[in-house]
Amino acid sequence: MYPFKEDKNKIQNDSDIEGIIDESVELETELGKKYGKSSLYKDAWRRLVRNKLAMIGLAIVIIMVVIALLSPVIAPYDPNDRIKELSQKGPSYQHWFGTDILGRDIFSRVIYGARISMLVGVVAVSISLAIGLFLGALSGFFGGISDAIIMRIADIFFAFPYILGAIVMMTVLGPGVLNVFIAIGILGWASVARLFRSSILSIKEKEYIEAARALGASNARIILKHIFPNSFAPIIVYSTMNVGTAIIVEAALSFLGLGVQPPTPSWGKMLSESMSYINTAPWLMFFPGLAILITVLGFVLLGDGLRDAFDPKLKR
Amino acid sequence: MKSEDTVLLEVKNLKKYFYLRTGFFFNKTAGSIKAVDNINFFIRRGETFGLVGESGCGKSTAARLILRLIQPTSGEIFYKGKNILTLKRSQMFKYRKEIQIIFQDPYASLSPRMTIGDIVSEPLEVHRIGDKNSRIKEIKHTLKIVGLNPEHVNRYPHEFSGGQRQRVGIARALILQPELIICDEPVSALDVSVQAQILNLMIDLQKEFNLTYLFIAHDLSVVKYVSNRIGVMYLGKIVEVAPAEDLYKKPLHPYTMGLLSAIPIPDPDLEKQRQRIILPGDVPSPINPPSGCRFHPRCPNAQDICSKQEPELKNYPENGNNHFAACFFAGKPINN
Repeated sequence: MYPFKEDKNKIQNDSDIEGIIDESVELETELGKKYGKSSLYKDAWRRLVRNKLAMIGLAIVIIMVVIALLSPVIAPYDPNDRIKELSQKGPSYQHWFGTDILGRDIFSRVIYGARISMLVGVVAVSISLAIGLFLGALSGFFGGISDAIIMRIADIFFAFPYILGAIVMMTVLGPGVLNVFIAIGILGWASVARLFRSSILSIKEKEYIEAARALGASNARIILKHIFPNSFAPIIVYSTMNVGTAIIVEAALSFLGLGVQPPTPSWGKMLSESMSYINTAPWLMFFPGLAILITVLGFVLLGDGLRDAFDPKLKR
Repeated sequence: MKSEDTVLLEVKNLKKYFYLRTGFFFNKTAGSIKAVDNINFFIRRGETFGLVGESGCGKSTAARLILRLIQPTSGEIFYKGKNILTLKRSQMFKYRKEIQIIFQDPYASLSPRMTIGDIVSEPLEVHRIGDKNSRIKEIKHTLKIVGLNPEHVNRYPHEFSGGQRQRVGIARALILQPELIICDEPVSALDVSVQAQILNLMIDLQKEFNLTYLFIAHDLSVVKYVSNRIGVMYLGKIVEVAPAEDLYKKPLHPYTMGLLSAIPIPDPDLEKQRQRIILPGDVPSPINPPSGCRFHPRCPNAQDICSKQEPELKNYPENGNNHFAACFFAGKPINN
C-alpha cells in the first residue's frame, strides 16, 4: 500500500543511525537557539517575571519574610517597652508610626507582628497541605468507600463558615499561638483535599499512568513520581493564596480575643486594642491594618501571577 | 500446528463486561457493555499478530486485559503455557518485565514532568536492575537503538516531535528486553511519513531482538505491512483469523470483505475500477448486541439463520492453512 520499503529513513545499519542522529542534532541545536532548554517550571518562571503585578506581590512577600526574620534587628525599640510619658503620641521622627495607649512604639510592634502573621501563614498552610494531600490522594487514587467518606466529611467542613469554625475550634482548644496554627490548619484541609482529588482524577486515566502500571510500578511510586509532579501547579497557586487567608483569619481571631494573647504583638490584636481610640488616635489602627492589607495583597498578587504563569491558556 | 514451545501467548474464552450501574445507594445493574466477548487467539514466538477492527470493537480492552491492567470477567490467558490471570501481584511482577506496551498517543503516554532519561530509566528502577552508572549507559544505548540522540536524556517530552516521542515510548518498552510487546495503535496518531519510519524501526527491532508483537490497529494497510497473521474484530468478537496474505487474498467473512474494499489503491486507473462494498448502517451498541451473528443487521448476505444462531469460528483449510472465520456463509461473494 504505502511505499514503505523504499523509505529513505529505513534503518539498515549503524551508519544510518549515526546519520539520523546527526540530522536530529542539527535540528536540536537550531531549536535550542530559538527556545533554549526549558521545562514547565522554567517556562512558568519566565512568564512570572514578565508579570509586573506578580513581581510586586513577590517583592512584598520577600520583604515581609525578611522583616519577620530580622525583626529584632530592624525594630528600633523593644515592642513591649512601655514609656508612660509617650502614651498615644502621633507619628514623629522618633516614633514613625506613633505610640499606643501604653506608650509602646507601634512601628516596632508592627514589625514584630509580621513574625506571627508569617508564621501562621506558613505553619497553618503546611498543616492544611499535610492533611489535605494525604486524604485527597487516598480519596482520588483509591476511590470507593474511602472516597465517599472523606468527601462527605469535607462537605461538612465546607458547610461551616470559616470564621465560625475557627471560633469553635479555638473555644475547644483554648487560646494560644500554637492552637491558632492548628485551628486554621485543620479548617483548611478540605479545599486542599478536594483540589488534589480532582487533579488526581483527571491524571489517573492518562496513558503514562497506565504505562507505569504495566511496568509493575507500585501505587506509592505512581503517586509520588507521576501524580504529584503533574498536579502540583494548582496546589502551589492555591497554597500561596491560602497564606493570605490564614493571615486574615489569625487577625480576626486575635481581634476577637481568641488568638494570640497579649503582650505578644499581633496585627489583629493591635486592631482590637485600638478600636476605642479610633477618633482620638487613628494611627493606632491605621498602621496594623495597612500591614495586614499589604501582606495579604502581596500573597494574592503572587498567587494570581503563579496561576497565570502555570497555565497561560487561562489568561484572558 | 501449534505446540507449547512455539506459542508464546494464548488467549482462551476471554470476556470483559463493563457493568452499568444506576442508583445512589442500591447499585442496580442496568446492563453490561460486552467490550470483549469470548475471544480466542494465540501468538507464536517471533511473529506479529495483527488485531484490526473499528473504534469500540474491543481491541484496546483486549490489550489491557493481557497486561492485567483491568481484570477480565472470565477467561484464561496463557503466557509461556502459564495462566497469568491466576498469578498474584508479586508473581505477576516477574512477567511484567517480559510483556510491554507501546501506546497510541505519544503525547499522553509520556509524563510531561519527567525527562526522557527518567522515563526510559523508570522500568529499570521499578525492577531494580543495575546501579546508576549502568542504567545511564543502558538508557543511552537504548535511545541510540531507537534512533534518538543519547545526548537528549535531560530533555522533556514537549521538546520532541510526535515521531520522536513515539521512539521514546518504544525505548521505554524495549529497555527491559521484553519478549512480547503489545502495540496499541502505535502509529495512528502520527502522520503518514512518520508512520513509515516508526513501523520500519519496529520491524528492524523485531528482527534484531526476536520480539513478538501483538499489533493493534484500525488501519488495514498498516497491519498488512507488519503482520504475519491477522485477527479481525467486530463488536467484541473475533470474526476472522488468517495468515496476512490469505486474509487479503481471499477474505471469508463479509465484514472483512467490506473493510478490505475500503482501502484506496494508489493508482488512479485501478482506483477507478475498485469495487466498494458499502456496509449499511452503523456499528450497533455493545450494550444490546444483535442476536445470533452480531454482524447480521449490516450483512448483505444475511439470512434467517444468522439472526437465530451464533456462528462459531471454524477452520476453512481450502482457503489456505489455518484460515478461520465465524460465518455461516463464509467466502460467499457479496453482490452490491
